[in-house]
Amino acid sequence: MAKHHVTTTLNGSPVEYLCEPHHTLLDVLRDDLNLTGTKEGCGSGDCGACSVMLDGRLVCACLTFAAECNGRTIETIEGMANGTKLHPLQQKFLEHAALQCGICTPGMLISAKALLEKKPDPTEEEVRYWLAGNLCRCTGYNKIVEAVLDAAAELRRA
Amino acid sequence: MANDVKFPERELKVIGTSPVRPDGVPKVTGRAQYGADWTLPGMLWAKVLRSPHAHARIRSIDTSAAEALPGVKAVVTGKDFPEQKFDYVGPERVAINFWHFTRNVMAKEKALFDGHPVAAVAAATKDIADEALKLIKVDYEVLPHVIDVDEAMRPDAPLLFEDMKTRGVTPEPTTPSNISKKIEFKLGDLDAGFKMADEIVEMSYKTKPVHQGYIEPQSTLARYDTDGQAEMWSSSQGHFVMRTFTAKLLGMRVADLRVHAAEIGGGFGGKTICYVEPIAVLLSKKAGHPVKLMTTREEVFRATGPTSGASMTIKIGATKDGKIVAAQGIYKYQAGAFPGSPVMNACMCGFAPYDIPNAHAVGYDVVCNRPKAVAYRAPGSPISAFAVESTLDALASKLGLDPIDFRLKNIARPGTQMLSGGKLAHAGFAETLQALQKHPAYKSKLGKNQGRGVACGYWFNGGGESSATVHVNEDGTVVVSTGSPDIGGSRASMALMAAETLGIDYESVRPIIADTNSVGYTQATGGSRVTFATGMTVINACNKVVDELCARAAKIWKIDRADVIWENGHARPAGGRAGEFEPMSLKAIAAKRAATGGPITVSASVNAEGQAPGFSAQFADVEVDTDTGHVKILRYVAAQDVGRAIHPAYVEGQIHGGVVQGIGWALNEEYIYDKNGHLENPGFLDYRIPVCSDVPMIEAIIVEVPNPVHPYGVKGVAEANIVPPMAAIANAIDKATGTRLTDLPMSPPKVLAALDAG
Amino acid sequence: MRYEAPTTTEGAVALLAAANGTAKVLAGGTDLIVQMRSGRLAPDLVVDLKRIPALTSIAAENGGYRVGAAKACMELVEHEAFVRDCPGITDAVKLIGSIQVKGRASMGGNLCNASPAADSTPALIAARVTARVVGPNGSRDVPVQEIAIGPGKTSLGKGEILESFLLPKRAARSGDAYLRFTPRTEMDIAVVSAAVNLTLDEGGVCRDACVSLGAVAERALVVPEAAAALIGTKVDEVALKALAAAASAACRPIDDKRGTKAYRTKVAGVLARRAAEIALNRAKGTN
Ligand SMILES: Cc1cc2nc3c(=O)[nH]c(=O)nc-3n(C[C@H](O)[C@H](O)[C@H](O)COP(=O)(O)OP(=O)(O)OC[C@H]3O[C@@H](n4cnc5c(N)ncnc54)[C@H](O)[C@@H]3O)c2cc1C
Ligand code: FES
Ligand code: FES
Repeated sequence: MAKHHVTTTLNGSPVEYLCEPHHTLLDVLRDDLNLTGTKEGCGSGDCGACSVMLDGRLVCACLTFAAECNGRTIETIEGMANGTKLHPLQQKFLEHAALQCGICTPGMLISAKALLEKKPDPTEEEVRYWLAGNLCRCTGYNKIVEAVLDAAAELRRA
Repeated sequence: MANDVKFPERELKVIGTSPVRPDGVPKVTGRAQYGADWTLPGMLWAKVLRSPHAHARIRSIDTSAAEALPGVKAVVTGKDFPEQKFDYVGPERVAINFWHFTRNVMAKEKALFDGHPVAAVAAATKDIADEALKLIKVDYEVLPHVIDVDEAMRPDAPLLFEDMKTRGVTPEPTTPSNISKKIEFKLGDLDAGFKMADEIVEMSYKTKPVHQGYIEPQSTLARYDTDGQAEMWSSSQGHFVMRTFTAKLLGMRVADLRVHAAEIGGGFGGKTICYVEPIAVLLSKKAGHPVKLMTTREEVFRATGPTSGASMTIKIGATKDGKIVAAQGIYKYQAGAFPGSPVMNACMCGFAPYDIPNAHAVGYDVVCNRPKAVAYRAPGSPISAFAVESTLDALASKLGLDPIDFRLKNIARPGTQMLSGGKLAHAGFAETLQALQKHPAYKSKLGKNQGRGVACGYWFNGGGESSATVHVNEDGTVVVSTGSPDIGGSRASMALMAAETLGIDYESVRPIIADTNSVGYTQATGGSRVTFATGMTVINACNKVVDELCARAAKIWKIDRADVIWENGHARPAGGRAGEFEPMSLKAIAAKRAATGGPITVSASVNAEGQAPGFSAQFADVEVDTDTGHVKILRYVAAQDVGRAIHPAYVEGQIHGGVVQGIGWALNEEYIYDKNGHLENPGFLDYRIPVCSDVPMIEAIIVEVPNPVHPYGVKGVAEANIVPPMAAIANAIDKATGTRLTDLPMSPPKVLAALDAG
Repeated sequence: MRYEAPTTTEGAVALLAAANGTAKVLAGGTDLIVQMRSGRLAPDLVVDLKRIPALTSIAAENGGYRVGAAKACMELVEHEAFVRDCPGITDAVKLIGSIQVKGRASMGGNLCNASPAADSTPALIAARVTARVVGPNGSRDVPVQEIAIGPGKTSLGKGEILESFLLPKRAARSGDAYLRFTPRTEMDIAVVSAAVNLTLDEGGVCRDACVSLGAVAERALVVPEAAAALIGTKVDEVALKALAAAASAACRPIDDKRGTKAYRTKVAGVLARRAAEIALNRAKGTN
């Protein structure tokens, strides 16, 4: 079967790739484009480690066909910092020790950023429900929630 | 966070602060490389074929069609792995039998569980590898299987090993069984003890296997060259251990296998043994190309080790005034497909927090058709604690005592005779319970259908072999390399201890994890041992560096080494020469490195002893929806004696994480098998680990009763916290509803059925 | 496998009608891709519906809404007027998976995947929603409860797709609600669920009701006996008890990894009652 030729805007740059029709965006990001910051924890939508933004929407890269992304905009963890300047969420995750092993961190950050773009002043409960699709087995979520709330406060000040 | 006991010995500058971890930025920008993130030119993809049967004899495997598929470069089966000697080696508590181990990695005569590897392929693409698996023909003779531990112990149960005779029984049994081993500990006179009791409670419990649930599936990249040299990038809790196991299973020389510690996405004990590494190396050897083997989540659940499920009976007797006089525990632990459950830990940990003059523990290690049990955070202890701490709570209620007062009355103290032998050498248990009792919420009022439950947990903590090398650079920065993979921020702790010892700032230290051929042997990151044992060797190495720096200063000043001391990160003339020269900083001495004797590098190794046990006391407030059986955690407070919190934020993180894993274990996590022995929930949708909205903020109370053996008082922190939650929550449900659950998980259908049964 | 992304419903229908082998349509893919990955499904053709405007739009129609079958749940949840006017369906849509899953998942996919535990299906049934099916022979409008007929089975014929839903205009003093039971707060599939839709008269007496239950049979059930327990009452304690009993009586569940027969039967009644209480408050405008 012929491969699909897909043109996207990936982290702000034009990126083209060829993909098998059954390969997911996660496969292409990790195996073909070497963007391994997006993680695979389950491949079935359950863990959120593969969270990316597709046309401004938070989705699981593992549940998106790469072929679907033609003409679309994709944002991954690799595009989150502005050059050498970390996004406030990244900075707060570090300061709050909101990562232990760190495998959930890229997905958490993408997900949290999507939240704060919609809701700059979330409650703890809103943060918890929004992040429910991002599993973390290490932290018990305390410090992640604290970091997100703190980053939200900082972004509101900015 | 509250510090209840202060570290008394000395003023500390950086230890006890919580700076940003040295490996943080790559982890928040996606650049950190975990097991699945490594690639090599010309790399092949490997996939594993797994048994669809819970128990089957493998009559034959035909791989010819797979081998003939274009793009397939190698196929391996159990036959390709050299035979191992049948022998239990290593300390009894963690003994390994490589005859079993090799069969766990790849089945030989029989498939013993749903998901058991039977063959593997390496191919040019993932798709070709998948295609090739479908072409492998395995001729199975399906055999009757057994999943449950009580059923596996019955004389008529299907046998996993037709020749297995129970070890630890004299005379040796005449008939084979699934009971691999019996183990027993005795103290005092049990019958006499129970005769003294005014109240006795005896209850039976069951628990299901639960998985560590690390978010990163096992993955490895291996390269085997024609000169016999191999290299591996593996996400594991111990790259040295992976080297040892892989070399042993493949008959390689240890020096020929170099293993790099990839960043690891969680382990919790589950990544202390290898599954994919030997397969990947063998495929690479056969194919002549590098091979990457990533497992899927489904494979992780079906075929990597959860911890045991168990069946237990606990009997405890106490006098009217609340003194425990006798206790007995019978623990039957599932080992999974091969012997080696943590039942010995159960026997040793269950009653360990208490001073019980007459006690008896019996453990059975039982095989059944499930994936082999592997360490999970304080292996064995949470299971036995669920039973013991539930029984204690029922006893406290009968005696009309506050659960913390009752435990305090019986708490083990330094000098207490332990059932497992020896006397307790360290304080901390009582202090931790008292810290919990002082929490303002402990006396707060609860509403309808709400209850508060208390429980304690004990863990040995670990010592053992660790190595470190400390390099002082010419600009005054320091590189600390150790052999301990960092799962939860241990690089930060190493840097803190090094900075403290050297008297320099934290930012001047770069901690790294060196590969197996670049630093001395180091045991796995597990058993709460890293900050204690690897920390100790880092401190030792730094002390030697200090010694060397003083010698260099003496040389520069042309005075006696004995007249130089190290203070605040500076060499100073002392004794008779005090004040003669300006103190020299580490940086100043380092700048004169070449002129004073060359590189300043010190390696150190320890086989650390004198670890002090971990202890945690916790209470949970729950609310039970009596119409649906749903249990909500309203509040959770966890106190833990950590000896000394090197990096308090990561210490809190360990407590939060352990408690939340415990909450999952208590309420929802379980392996569900159908009648054919197939795992029905090999995914995160139906294997329900807690999500963010399931839990409240966990309140951690750090208690610091220092371990005098460690220079900074470290005991270890990673494990004791997961021991109490199951019992704390069961006890809370009992207080909320008057109904005691004795079967984990306490999932809504079980809670509702128990409530309805009244 | 072949992947196609037509831009019209007719184009999609033509592709499907002409397909040899297994052809599947793709909406959000949150069921389809999971099933493909697990090896349960290996379609030869996948037709992506998300580039077809009729399937991804929402518009007012006859005082109600026409919602494209492939419209992502997150877009519905963020549609203020929809959320205001369709609270029961919103309850259900909000519960589907995580934010990430909702970013892709659709009500059409939820319905056509035909899981008895699908969250939006009972809510759509209770709200008396009509589905527009388009196929090689043109289009037809069918009540939602006639689409999913058994686990993984729909009444759609070859080449047919579900194009849109018509959510009818709601009568004054109407309220609806959907509740499900799951062990976790999120990321879980319903063990049992209930949707209640009711309309009161000026005196506060229930004049019309529809009750639907999920995960208690091979498909979402409509339970007229449960609705009858409410009609003609002020939805008081007696009526709610009768509703719960009727709901439980209608269940014919199975034991599976997610729950037992006894549990589902009992909790169906509990949830029906709780949903009715919420629906009542919504009808009274007290919520
Ligand atoms: C992590 C996770 C959590 C989930 N949680 C929930 C939950 O809480 N509740 C719940 O109900 N579901 C849940 N689901 C299942 C799934 O998300 C829903 O069923 C979702 O609504 C499916 O929609 P979709 O657009 O993704 O469907 P798809 O996967 O695209 O399609 C599903 C099926 O319907 C067919 N189909 C889709 N659209 C049409 C159409 N217009 N016409 C004809 N056939 C069509 C497809 O061919 C396919 O067979 C969950 C899934 C995941 C991965
Ligand atoms: S990898 Fe996509 S959700 Fe887990
Ligand atoms: S930090 Fe390890 S999974 Fe979140």
